Amino acid sequence: MKRIDCLQAIYPRLEDCAVVTIMGAVAAELYSLGHRPNFFYLEHAMGLASSIGLGIALARPDCKVVVLDGDGSVLMNLGGLTTLARYAPRNLVHLVFDNQVLLSVGGGAPGGHQWFTTATSTGTDLAAVARGAGIRRAQLVEDLDDFTEAALDAIRGDELACVVARVEAEMPASFHMDVHMLENRFEFPRALQRIQAKTATGGRT
Amino acid sequence: MPVSVTNSELVYDALKGSGVRLISALPETWLVHLVRLADQDRDMILVRLAKEEEGIGISTGAHFAGLRTALLMQNHGFLQSINGIASLALLYKIPLLLMITDRGTMGERDPWQTEGGKYTRRTLDALNIVRDDLARPEEVRGKVAKAMALAQSSLSPVALLLQRDLMWEEPAA
Repeated sequence: MKRIDCLQAIYPRLEDCAVVTIMGAVAAELYSLGHRPNFFYLEHAMGLASSIGLGIALARPDCKVVVLDGDGSVLMNLGGLTTLARYAPRNLVHLVFDNQVLLSVGGGAPGGHQWFTTATSTGTDLAAVARGAGIRRAQLVEDLDDFTEAALDAIRGDELACVVARVEAEMPASFHMDVHMLENRFEFPRALQRIQAKTATGGRT
Repeated sequence: MPVSVTNSELVYDALKGSGVRLISALPETWLVHLVRLADQDRDMILVRLAKEEEGIGISTGAHFAGLRTALLMQNHGFLQSINGIASLALLYKIPLLLMITDRGTMGERDPWQTEGGKYTRRTLDALNIVRDDLARPEEVRGKVAKAMALAQSSLSPVALLLQRDLMWEEPAA
């Protein structure tokens, strides 16, 4: 399963969501499908994408929040999974792309990213970790049909959900992103306000 | 419990007065009443953390969604949060009101608190985070309001160091 195909499968459903994505390959591939101002690309602070998503979800219960995370980032903030579970906002969906490596930092190294494996390559099961943290709806998916069904169900649903997708460790076609971090930082809250206006008027804006 | 209830209430009321609607916290002794007050307040969202750095992310998300927040932490929790502060709050210009208990300073009796206390201030200074002390009850309301104003206008973290003289009441001998 390729990450870009997963992103493509859910892309149309992200239009009215607050989307927070980690840096690197996930950010670049989401951007390559077409930037939208309701996408926030966290270009550093590994591990905190899910915490940002939790903050939005608690502050804006009317707004569906989708966090696009990765194994390396989740492993840096495993405690955050327990905090997600503790408050379990019904409007939060946590999608984790598990490629078993720190792809974006390791790709340029001699021998490639094979030297930059994470603990999921030696048996850590992030869906099981999420369930153990107390997220009742957490599952591992291994093919695109299962991912699409699980992710779209989660986005439609009314319950905190975590979907861990086992994907190939493949570099994005390009890391090009023509949106500055600060531009993105200021357009994102405005986009959230527009989602609010749309919700308030029942979609007539 | 010699943690001051009266002064904890003063600090809590000042946070509410400056518009705080979400508080993240990882408890320590001096924060016990502040956390309890937030927990008992139906108009406050209290997020109990596993580790303080999460709070930087949560406050960022809440800020994006239009809410004012405060972060309650011990100085060792601040030291734990530094990458989040540098590569999220400072990098992306996020306002944070850091309410930091200043352990390990003059009067400290717990040996394990004494190391971090030596460089809390210098670490804040190295990060260019504007800071002030909260030591006297009469200054609490004004300083909290001003710290929040500066955090919001500068889109930066601002720190208030909660002092022993404010938070701790020595029991009568």
